[in-house]
Amino acid sequence: MILALRRLAPLMWLSPAIALIGVVVLWPVVVLVQSSFQQIGGEGFVVGYNGTANYVNLFHEPDFVSVLLRTVLWVVAVVGVTVLLSLGLAQLFNQRFPGRRVTRWALIIPWAASVMMTALIFKWALDPNVGVVNVILHRIGVVRQLGSNQADWLGNPTSALIWMMGVAVFVSLPFTTYALLSGLQGISRDVYEAAAIDGATSWKSYLRVTLPLLRPAILVATLINVINVFNSFPIIWEMTRGGPGYETSTSTIYMIDLKESDVGQAAAMSVFNFLLVIVIVLVYLSTTRWKEQVG
Amino acid sequence: MITTTKPAPRLSARRRSTGRPARGGRRPLRTWVAAVAAYVIAALFLVPYLEMLVMALRPNDELGLATILPRHWTFSNFTTLWSTGLGGSIGTSLEIAAGATVIVLLVSLPAAYCTARRRFRGRAAFLLLVLATQMFQPAAMLVGIQREFTNFGLPPTMSLVIVNAGFNLAFAVWILNAFFSSIPVELEEASMVDGLGRIGALTRITLPLAAPGIVTALIFTFIAAWNEFLVALTLSLGQAPSQQPLTVAINNYIGEYSVDWGHLFAAGLVATVPVIILFAVIERRVVSGLTAGAVK
Repeated sequence: MILALRRLAPLMWLSPAIALIGVVVLWPVVVLVQSSFQQIGGEGFVVGYNGTANYVNLFHEPDFVSVLLRTVLWVVAVVGVTVLLSLGLAQLFNQRFPGRRVTRWALIIPWAASVMMTALIFKWALDPNVGVVNVILHRIGVVRQLGSNQADWLGNPTSALIWMMGVAVFVSLPFTTYALLSGLQGISRDVYEAAAIDGATSWKSYLRVTLPLLRPAILVATLINVINVFNSFPIIWEMTRGGPGYETSTSTIYMIDLKESDVGQAAAMSVFNFLLVIVIVLVYLSTTRWKEQVG
Repeated sequence: MITTTKPAPRLSARRRSTGRPARGGRRPLRTWVAAVAAYVIAALFLVPYLEMLVMALRPNDELGLATILPRHWTFSNFTTLWSTGLGGSIGTSLEIAAGATVIVLLVSLPAAYCTARRRFRGRAAFLLLVLATQMFQPAAMLVGIQREFTNFGLPPTMSLVIVNAGFNLAFAVWILNAFFSSIPVELEEASMVDGLGRIGALTRITLPLAAPGIVTALIFTFIAAWNEFLVALTLSLGQAPSQQPLTVAINNYIGEYSVDWGHLFAAGLVATVPVIILFAVIERRVVSGLTAGAVK
């Protein structure tokens, strides 16, 4: 009896956490999957079981394929550029120089601030008539005429997507840089000295010594970024609402838009998104041969 | 004068380049190149948020002027901010962020302590479950969250407290687990022998030693809940603006035909500056909480 109680003791300590995870994270997934097989009316009431009709309708949406391709491009480009730039930034901020603390504080601002606010700043700065980016570009002669189509960066799907990817990279850099910095600080200085004695130049020792040792940190930072960037909502929602049409929508934005018209189909899209993230993560893990790293 | 131009053995050059000022207080050229590059990058990171300040201080009648800086400066956007109902939104955001933080601490402290101190069956499974929640994001399961919490029929503020607590639990559990694990059990045992008792050992010895971790978990949860946008937008739709959290309420300055940029950015500063200062406090420890689970 007492022995059984002792065995159950950990459960007492853990049960609040398990309950919270159950209510907030696990149960919504159940509701989500269930909803994806239901026909749901405008006010959210369930009309009835819908079989796989939500999925079939989803796959037949005219914008479905282009949204998916754009999502893959969005994730690969944003995460790729973020990690590359962060490798440089981490190297830089790992040096000692006067004022390093203050510069690090500046680096964390996009991380601490709400992404929604950052998106609104850039939306304003790109205003075709008075936005500060356009005013500066006009002064230096890149934008010929304020208020013209050329100045309407967010009105053109291609330039809008590029600008929004830039904002997504901007807000992802602080975390990624910090994650790589903590990886760099875990590398013993002796390793570099040994490489130097062996006559390695600094570029060579970076490629042959630093990068391989940094691999676990790069792996973790990339994975967390993939999940964040895939699910990123505020940037596109604030800057273009995914428009014109769905031409700047990723699958997350598309799903949220679907939610307004057809909850069941939006649920099907979410389930599909889940699977997509899992596939992206698995592809990434297999290309980086993470097992060798962890093992 | 900078003296590193003279050829030095590679090893010592490398040593010096990693930082410490050379003897006599002189710094090698490389340090200064790094410093200047870092200053420029820091400025690039700061500028967008300075623009927020510039816009908040721009008079309304200059919103249509294509100038980089306003001709006149005014505080009127800040002084009239409160008449737009922002006070209510700040209160709502504070309730949500503080409520979520309290729940996260109450729930994560026992879980982290237990998993750090005891080895039992299901321990690894629990930690894995917590880690898995970090891979789940509200955006991916928004439909489920919305339907579940609409069914509960709680006031939106309560729902948002619970949702934010749930999605920030993982960070707190992992960072507290790491802190508790690093405190030697012997320290607790010794103080129990000294007559403090189990509870006394916990409150007088263990918790104070884990304080940096607790503060980090506390601030991180508060900021995340304060900044959360998507679930807030979904669950507080149709509420009176003063009942909506700040992130949602700020969007009310965006009208169908015009945007009240002055008030929007003034409110944005009110929402942003406090969390940047809070974040600077935990800056060094945040990464370990976000990546610890994945590395272990």
